[in-house]
Amino acid sequence: MNDQVVVRCKDLRKTYPGNVEAVRGLDLTIYAGQCFGLLGPNGAGKTTTIEILEGLLDATSGDVEILGHTWKRDSRALREMIGISLQETRLSEKLSVRETVELFGGFYKQARPVADVIEELSLTEKADARVGNLSGGQKQRLAIATALVSNPRILFLDEPTTGLDPQSRRQVWDIVRRFQQTGGTVLLTTHYMDEAERLCDYISIVDHGKVIAAGTPAELISGVGGQHRVEFALEVDGVDNDIWRKLPGVGGVHQDAGITALTVEEPHLTIPALLALVNERGWKLSQLTTRQSSLEDVFVNLTGRHLRED
Amino acid sequence: MATQTESLTTNGRWSGYAGLLSARMKELFREPEVLFWIFLFPILLAFGLGIAFRNRPVEKINVVFAEQAGSAQLQQLLKSAPDGQKFVIQVQPADQAANSFRLGKVDLEIVPDANGGVQYVYDPARPESVLARNEVDDALQIAAGRKPVLTSSSRVNSEPGSRYIDFLIPGLLGMNLMGSGMWGIGFALVDMRQRKLLKRFVATPMRRSDFLLALASSRLVLMIIELVIVLGFGILMFHMRVMGSWAAILTVSCLGAMTFAGLGLLTASRAQKIETASGIMNAIMMPMWVFSGIFFSYERFPAKVIPIIRLLPLTALNDSLRAVILEGKTLASQTEPLVVLGLWCVLSFLFAVRLFRWT
Repeated sequence: MNDQVVVRCKDLRKTYPGNVEAVRGLDLTIYAGQCFGLLGPNGAGKTTTIEILEGLLDATSGDVEILGHTWKRDSRALREMIGISLQETRLSEKLSVRETVELFGGFYKQARPVADVIEELSLTEKADARVGNLSGGQKQRLAIATALVSNPRILFLDEPTTGLDPQSRRQVWDIVRRFQQTGGTVLLTTHYMDEAERLCDYISIVDHGKVIAAGTPAELISGVGGQHRVEFALEVDGVDNDIWRKLPGVGGVHQDAGITALTVEEPHLTIPALLALVNERGWKLSQLTTRQSSLEDVFVNLTGRHLRED
Repeated sequence: MATQTESLTTNGRWSGYAGLLSARMKELFREPEVLFWIFLFPILLAFGLGIAFRNRPVEKINVVFAEQAGSAQLQQLLKSAPDGQKFVIQVQPADQAANSFRLGKVDLEIVPDANGGVQYVYDPARPESVLARNEVDDALQIAAGRKPVLTSSSRVNSEPGSRYIDFLIPGLLGMNLMGSGMWGIGFALVDMRQRKLLKRFVATPMRRSDFLLALASSRLVLMIIELVIVLGFGILMFHMRVMGSWAAILTVSCLGAMTFAGLGLLTASRAQKIETASGIMNAIMMPMWVFSGIFFSYERFPAKVIPIIRLLPLTALNDSLRAVILEGKTLASQTEPLVVLGLWCVLSFLFAVRLFRWT
């Protein structure tokens, strides 16, 4: 990773007809070699943002600069330098994997050997299979192959693992890491907090078309007041939150659906004190868990809502 | 750069176009339905219609004599006439004879009258009945000694070129070029838009003109195959004669294929759903199926609407195809339909490119 800025956008706004504001003043700076994540719930404006950066949508206002170029002036040159996987592209089902990658490679002035790309995405066995006969994970890897065949400097991935099984998701993560290791820069959108946490060096959390928090995953998580969460439920109601705040090492207290969650720095100090207090008052615990804080907690902390409102 | 170790291949100016064209052809030939509708369907249609409307051998004329005084002599007279062998003669009691005619078992009832004359009972609404009356009357008059007033002679002409199948084959070719042009282009585009494949393509450095050019080229390749199959079928199966030059036929077919590719492009320029596009396409093609003279000549429509019918692109295509194939006319003689076709082609492409949406 170095200090070279590859994507910069400033005060990006996009208003759709009917006064729907999808993006309302969004700033991003992506450095070379970074894996940059746009994390947010569905409808937060992630796809609109990434499609503006990809030059597929016009912004209502704001500036976008990719590798020092703008879409208005150098769109052809830019297209040669970036690789894109859209959220939902159904590639032609009658073509084989190899034919599809060849087709896309042919659009670029310079392309990587098709066999190498297919090998890299573990599709060699399926090289002659029709796209229509591939599994969801294989299709997604093929979609990424059509982006990587151009040997891009930046890879844009919109929701790359949505709808995939756990194993396929891990395969996609491996591909992204390998691309990054060879010096590539990645911008991806996701609404999976585990994906953002494991894959991204830097994350912008987006909600209602704005960045509401940004930083490395560790920075964001420490921002919620503790690396750990202690969650419990009592068999009595109406206990004031203040009583928990006074326990040692508690950074924050949240109530969610009958569960009290404490963000804490040092669980080994907080938990004994919590148990002692419960015992002293004669209350009963119906549940007690402790875990690492996650980006989900960061999002809930910032918005009061969950990332995935299923 | 992401990958330094492997060597990159450098692509030429037309690699994108070549890739698109070859992908398009592969997709088409891997789609069984496409093969059926484009290649097999017109042949089946030509075969079926060719059989149904084949030139039949001369049919016999069925007549019945009402049995009464004089019927035996008349029957002898008719049999002895020069063409007497083409009549199938029955003799029945008067009421039964009348019944046979009423039921359509015979074409004509012949009733001898008291003074050696004859009365014909026929139905002017039945062509075969009218024919029977004239043929029988002629035969009887000649056999009875009538001399021709005017010297006349006849020559039989059932040569290829004047039959229904000869009329039909160029019409089917025109219909096929319309259908596969509109469907082949329109359907493919809407499908690709729906799949977000168009959007994925424009996310690459692909030239948009290359994409449209490849689509048009795929139509031309297919057009040549359609032309060979439909005309070849007519020639081999029905001994059809192609009078005009193949260069002229190819030129007219190319223009036709491009015109309907343009119309397909226009109908698909904005549609987001296959259902919308196919509705529009059917609405455009339906009048041409009826009016443009595929199965029967549009001259049968009222004279007032014929100039309008001639402005339809399929009419122009069918007219010029027939003129070139059946009459051996030159392109220069077909200015009017070719101008009509050319205008449709240019205008539909201009509008389509202006309206076209990639996403």
